[in-house]
Amino acid sequence: MANLIASTLIYGVVNSVILMLTALGFSLTFGLSGVANFAHGGLYLLSGFATWLLMHRLNLPFPIAALLTIILMGGFGAAIYRVVIMPVRGIVLSEVISTFAVGVGIIEFFRWKGFTTYDFSLPVFVRGGIDIAGVTVDYHRLVVVAIGLGLTLVLWGFTHRTRMGLALRGMSQDEYTALSVGIESDWAGMLSLALGSALAAVAAISILPLGIISINAGYDVLLIALAVTVLGGLESTAGLILGSFLVGFAMVITSNFVGPRWGEVVYLAAIVIILGVKPSGLLGKSKELEDRV
Amino acid sequence: MSRLPFRTPRGYRRERVDRGVKVRSDDIFVIASSRDLAYVVAPRAVVVLALLGFPLLQSVVSSYWQTVILNTLVMSLLALSWDLLASVGLVSLGQSLFFGLGGYTAGYLNARLGLGPGLGIPVATLVGALLVTALLYPLLRLRGIYFGMITFALPLLLMRVIETTGFLGGTEGLSGLTALPGRTTELYLVTAATLVTVYAYRRLSTSDRGLVFHAIRDNDRAVMASGYNIQWYKAQAVFLAALPATFAGALYTHHYQFVGMPAFAMEYSTLPLTSAVVGGAGSFIGAVVGAFILVPLSEVMREFGSLRVVIYSVMLLVFTIGLPEGIFRFVVRKYSQFERLVPIDDDVQPGVEHGGGHGA
Repeated sequence: MANLIASTLIYGVVNSVILMLTALGFSLTFGLSGVANFAHGGLYLLSGFATWLLMHRLNLPFPIAALLTIILMGGFGAAIYRVVIMPVRGIVLSEVISTFAVGVGIIEFFRWKGFTTYDFSLPVFVRGGIDIAGVTVDYHRLVVVAIGLGLTLVLWGFTHRTRMGLALRGMSQDEYTALSVGIESDWAGMLSLALGSALAAVAAISILPLGIISINAGYDVLLIALAVTVLGGLESTAGLILGSFLVGFAMVITSNFVGPRWGEVVYLAAIVIILGVKPSGLLGKSKELEDRV
Repeated sequence: MSRLPFRTPRGYRRERVDRGVKVRSDDIFVIASSRDLAYVVAPRAVVVLALLGFPLLQSVVSSYWQTVILNTLVMSLLALSWDLLASVGLVSLGQSLFFGLGGYTAGYLNARLGLGPGLGIPVATLVGALLVTALLYPLLRLRGIYFGMITFALPLLLMRVIETTGFLGGTEGLSGLTALPGRTTELYLVTAATLVTVYAYRRLSTSDRGLVFHAIRDNDRAVMASGYNIQWYKAQAVFLAALPATFAGALYTHHYQFVGMPAFAMEYSTLPLTSAVVGGAGSFIGAVVGAFILVPLSEVMREFGSLRVVIYSVMLLVFTIGLPEGIFRFVVRKYSQFERLVPIDDDVQPGVEHGGGHGA
């Protein structure tokens, strides 16, 4: 029993940070430019397969393939903004529908191309594992936790302490005022999407080695991103952390104590319950409430 | 009439002018000539007669294509349902919720209570729509992408709940249900439902209630300030929008004599959405036109597997960005108006006469 509790605690933390890392790109894009990037899941999957293709078709070593993927995905995100979002910017509905179409298109493209076998997996960063309080945790998961926490901190610093980050947040808070002090809207939007996509790539490269790359991960990632960001309140970093830890622990607890398949019900139920009961999210501010209700 | 160049030349702008026959037939003078009368009635009559006549062609049309048309009409019903919701500003990414609830209600009524399709389908339509409304009622405060998110999550949630609890047959679903009397009955049922829905929705959207719906979409604060309970109006819209979708679900359940988790499949969410966008949201006929383009197209491409979904996505993207009005409005415009080039008056500087003010 003590072992089960220890395992719940440790894997709760690991799982929560994985969720946080997964949602980071989505949350950042929404926080910086107000674009709900429903292509997030598709971009995540694309990054995974891109890295795999670079490694196995072009025979690049893993670190170079990973770095190249992150850069390429950044460019791809900027391109999505230019081509898909810019013509419909401001029409929230069309933004959602067109990014959703991009995401579904990417995911189903890979399904059609037959990327559904068990051959597709990325290598772990470090082999081996360690015993913590009688629970075996592999090094890779620890590295992922470090990456997740580190990136969250760095991005918090970027959005709250640098001129560029402040400019971007200003754009998401009040576009007209931001325009009048000389912040360019489309530039901000492009940057936010590029960063969001690059973060999706980082998440994919760190998380996907834990299992095989499965097509449906694309849809799951989008739902996780929605659940976590909706729960905590969008745009707030503390909300993101709180949201991922709540969902992460709830998932681990239900799958350990109720049944493994209940874990997936949790984050879907989290979206529905939070939006129904407290639409602003747990740490949301009143301005966000106005957008939601 | 000479053809216009694709690009408007410099110094000119395009002007749209109503055709003479349109101007005349807009008025009571439609009775003046059979040509004017035909202009108004012919497009409607051709479509309605084609739909009503199709089930009689069973000796000519293969059974396969009859099923395709059945699928098309079912998808039209879902697209109509999406369109009505969109007209209140509720953008749904989960029409399969409506479809699945209707289907499961019909399955439950048939398998557990022994109701035949004759009574089961109408009851399932109503009960399913009430269930949908009750389920969405607490969530109707949400707007914009948040409603989209929740409708995206709900069918998946219900699917997972049914899978994990084994409720209503779990992964097996409910099978061995009563079949409908025959293909002709099925086709006529779904054709009649589509026609009635199009007619009723178009009437609804020009009625007083329809105006309130549109106003909620355009500016819900203003509607609240005018003393309307927008939550109640949204609930009405959800109920009315659910009716064709739950009917479609109930009909499909009896058609396949089976209902299971595939009833919540994402195909029933993305295809209606794409149909409505491709055909043109807001006109209801556009939703049906979209379904009649997409479903047969996807049947032709069946061998491509999930490439079909990629093609829908591309179409969705192209139409959202390139032709937001949709095919139907585009065709109507060509039918009732023509374009001509007008020289731009150089004396008028753009923006000067308005003083450059802009509304926030």
